[in-house]
Amino acid sequence: MGAAALRALPWALLLLLGPLLPGQRLQADATRVSEPTWEQPWGEPGGITAAPLATAQEVHPLNKQHHNHSAEGHPKPRKAFPVLGIDYSHVRIPFEISLWILLACLMKMGFHVMSSVSKVVPESCLLIVVGLLVGGLIKAVGEKPPILKSDIFFLFLLPPIILDAGYFLPLRQFTENLGTILIFAVVGTLWNAFFLGGLMYAVCQIGGSGLNHIGLLANLLFGSIISAVDPVAVLAVFEEIHINELLHILVFGESLLNDAVTVVLYHLFEEFANFEQVTIIDMVLGFLSFFVVSLGGVFVGVIYGLIAAFTSRFTSNIRVIEPLFVFLYSYMAYLSAEIFHLSGIMALIASGVVMRPYVEANISHKSHTTIKYFLKMWSSVSETLIFIFLGVSTVAGQHYWNWTFVISTLLFCLIARVLGVLVLTWFINKFRIVKLTPKDQFIIAYGGLRGAIAFSLCYLLDYEHFNMRDMFLTAIITVIFFTVFVQGMTIRPLVDLLAVKKKQETKRSINEEIHTQFLDHLLTGIEDICGHYGHHHWKDKLNRFNKKYVKKCLIAGERSKEPQLIAFYHKMEMKQAIELVESGGLGKIPSTISAVSIQNISPKTLPDSNALSALSKDKEDEIRKILRSNLQKTRQRLRSYNRHTLVADPYEDVWNQMLMKRQKMQQAELQLQNAYLTVPANRIDSPTMSRARIGSDPLAYEPKPDSENLPIITIDPASPQSPESMDLSNEVPKGCGGLPPSPEEDEEGLVMRPKEPSSPGTDDVFTPGTSDSPSSQRMLRCLSDPGPRQEPEEGEPFIPKGQ
Amino acid sequence: MGSAQSVPPEMRALAERTGFTSEQIEQLHRRFKQLNHNRKTIRKEDFDTIPDLEFNPIRARIVHAFFDKRNLRKAPAGLAEEINFEDFLTIMSYFRPIEMDMDEERLESFRKEKLKFLFHMYDADYDGIITLQEYKNVLDELMSGNPHLEKESLRAIAEGAMLEAASACMARTGPDEVYEGITFEDFLKVWKGIDIETKMHVRFLTMEAIAHCY
Repeated sequence: MGAAALRALPWALLLLLGPLLPGQRLQADATRVSEPTWEQPWGEPGGITAAPLATAQEVHPLNKQHHNHSAEGHPKPRKAFPVLGIDYSHVRIPFEISLWILLACLMKMGFHVMSSVSKVVPESCLLIVVGLLVGGLIKAVGEKPPILKSDIFFLFLLPPIILDAGYFLPLRQFTENLGTILIFAVVGTLWNAFFLGGLMYAVCQIGGSGLNHIGLLANLLFGSIISAVDPVAVLAVFEEIHINELLHILVFGESLLNDAVTVVLYHLFEEFANFEQVTIIDMVLGFLSFFVVSLGGVFVGVIYGLIAAFTSRFTSNIRVIEPLFVFLYSYMAYLSAEIFHLSGIMALIASGVVMRPYVEANISHKSHTTIKYFLKMWSSVSETLIFIFLGVSTVAGQHYWNWTFVISTLLFCLIARVLGVLVLTWFINKFRIVKLTPKDQFIIAYGGLRGAIAFSLCYLLDYEHFNMRDMFLTAIITVIFFTVFVQGMTIRPLVDLLAVKKKQETKRSINEEIHTQFLDHLLTGIEDICGHYGHHHWKDKLNRFNKKYVKKCLIAGERSKEPQLIAFYHKMEMKQAIELVESGGLGKIPSTISAVSIQNISPKTLPDSNALSALSKDKEDEIRKILRSNLQKTRQRLRSYNRHTLVADPYEDVWNQMLMKRQKMQQAELQLQNAYLTVPANRIDSPTMSRARIGSDPLAYEPKPDSENLPIITIDPASPQSPESMDLSNEVPKGCGGLPPSPEEDEEGLVMRPKEPSSPGTDDVFTPGTSDSPSSQRMLRCLSDPGPRQEPEEGEPFIPKGQ
Repeated sequence: MGSAQSVPPEMRALAERTGFTSEQIEQLHRRFKQLNHNRKTIRKEDFDTIPDLEFNPIRARIVHAFFDKRNLRKAPAGLAEEINFEDFLTIMSYFRPIEMDMDEERLESFRKEKLKFLFHMYDADYDGIITLQEYKNVLDELMSGNPHLEKESLRAIAEGAMLEAASACMARTGPDEVYEGITFEDFLKVWKGIDIETKMHVRFLTMEAIAHCY
């Protein structure tokens, strides 16, 4: 029932849209004037347009004129003051844009509700169908459905998707396979373009009267438009099939990098179509321009990336707008590249890749989350809109169907792709260590989807020079539909059928990180011993250069010296801490918790005895170890390490308190060798005494509601009679509140909080007498690892500053 | 090109055993001669003559691995004093890339060999187990390039990593059982997700630019 209601919603929206559309007829004059300016194809995507705004402004004054005319022309009887009026034209454009976006979001929501359909059919197909339906509906109402304008596509819809892809690009796999990706992107696209263009020319010559007039250059242009694998379509389909990382990065990387080739070929052939003759010089220039376009795009991206990284170094006081810097700089990189007809996509990716490590070291955790979510949100909406508009444009556009042309285009596209992949793989496998198997080749060939970029590029064509544009459009749409529908729908069962390796769902563990680094250094060393300047050697050199010079400039403060392993460890601890908190403490134990505790690992690591504080050290070690294991999400089933079992309540203010106590400790103690908090030596009873006190009292303690800011630790004394499971107090008394306050204190990292525990004496063991009542004194054993910081948004050094 | 030491039948035997091609053996032999300054064997000190190796934080371990008798398949423990060309090749053969025509079984044993090499690098005291202390030592060395790092944080990381490994390898243990350390089987488990055979290799194919030593 709910699902049906959801499905009905978009139609309800459209019905709402319907009656408003005729409202436009009232301002017929205005719209007739403004429409052509909207419909006109705007030259290159590089032309920065203020068109939508211009038309809005045009509409408004025209309306005013209209009213003025009508007012001046006829002396009307005085109207009553309008209590309620309708002025749709005023908000028409933002309103319609919002409606479209809303439609896209509702569609997305609807598909996840109808899960049975979305398992078979990829989302992109469904969206195109929706677009077709919406377009049909609008046409049925009598209005002209909007066509996907190229500049809107290139300036507003495409960048978020590319930025999302570039910012989260898995750099390691990308660089490892860069050679392969480049060969597929450059050589593969060139091959596709020329093969297809040439063959289509032949077909046109043979194909009869309707096609004879299409010249070679026009065909080559057509070939270059349609030969590029589309990143949007690839992302949309591949994301759902969870294929292994190698194949994913190969196809996806190819779709990103072939933009340079497409841009060059497109402009090249478009220009050449105006020439009578193409000389060798022109071809050489075209070849050169390829390098200019691609390297220039990357260069622009790198510049902006570095500027963004540098800017983020100083944003520590205005954390709120940090994400905005990332988005703006990246977008500016894209637009700047488009000014010079360089490859905007490559600029965008280069800027994202370059700025990411430095920006992430500088910004707060919340900003990082914001960036991630905004990018995902925008790219998701963009993708949805693109597919819907593809559907609408199919209905709206003028088509010219020519059987020969369309069918042969489709056929040759597939053949070209398969041949290209086969030949190139044979060539590439000579140089690859990890060869590409035939299965891989099949997936790569099959994953060559075409999408909206081809459509928009074709739409940009000038109608005067290319009067067969409609035929081209029809053919392109057919190919797009075929690849998205047929290939998109069948790739999932094929992947299962061929048993292609799927993506490993393993989380990156600290062990893996250590081993990977170790392996890197090992291989670099072996390469040095062999005397061979290989891949690892240069990577190591780059890393050293990065560490020595670049990081110092671009990363603020202490973080610049933090090695990668430590940073990774921080991130992991933070994640674990947040997970623990979110899961409601140890009451609801996640499945990954093991029964292993640190005592199992190192039962005999006792530090050297220090005569002064031997006792406290002992206890210190014990407590530290136990809490350490808590931090690693182990379940406490301790019974026998030392008759005491301490369990800390894993909330963040616990650590907060611990840190504060720790500061106190360091002032109190003469010399603390360890970085862990301990209970003050002079306040602790000897273990034997404590044991005596607690005795065999298996008690669980509930939180005392009004002990301010005291984290809870329950002490479940270990004794033979004590129950296996422990009752942990999961609640935090109200005084503790949620997270410690003041985001302004982000900077200080581990600082001493100005809160004091209410009664330091409660550090001691429980007094047995009051142990029955739930309102007995809370025990405050706060020990900490300097692990998770009190504020999860800060990624400060592991080492407390007060050390 | 050829030297008096490598006679074709010997080389063929070498090639068969270690799996290198004759061109690769030639090149490695050249490098070997560069390193040992025309003596017959290499000692530990000879590795100090490689300039690029200085920046490597685990340099000592790598050199150590060359002389480790376990890697040389000579003895279960101990360090050799010097190694000859055959031993050099044996060590290098751990870093060979996999070939397309290897069958499953061969691939599996190849993989195990590589992982064993790694394991020996971690396990410094030859007892077949990587204890917490050894792990900490590894981490210390890895991070030795950052002098201002606190020891405690490394200790915490080591403990965390051990805990992780232990929890992966010991399903349900009581608190009394002590987890000695990572055995080779556990090590294999940790590396299960990562296909080591594609990562742990050096391209011996193109080695025209041979760096010189001091």
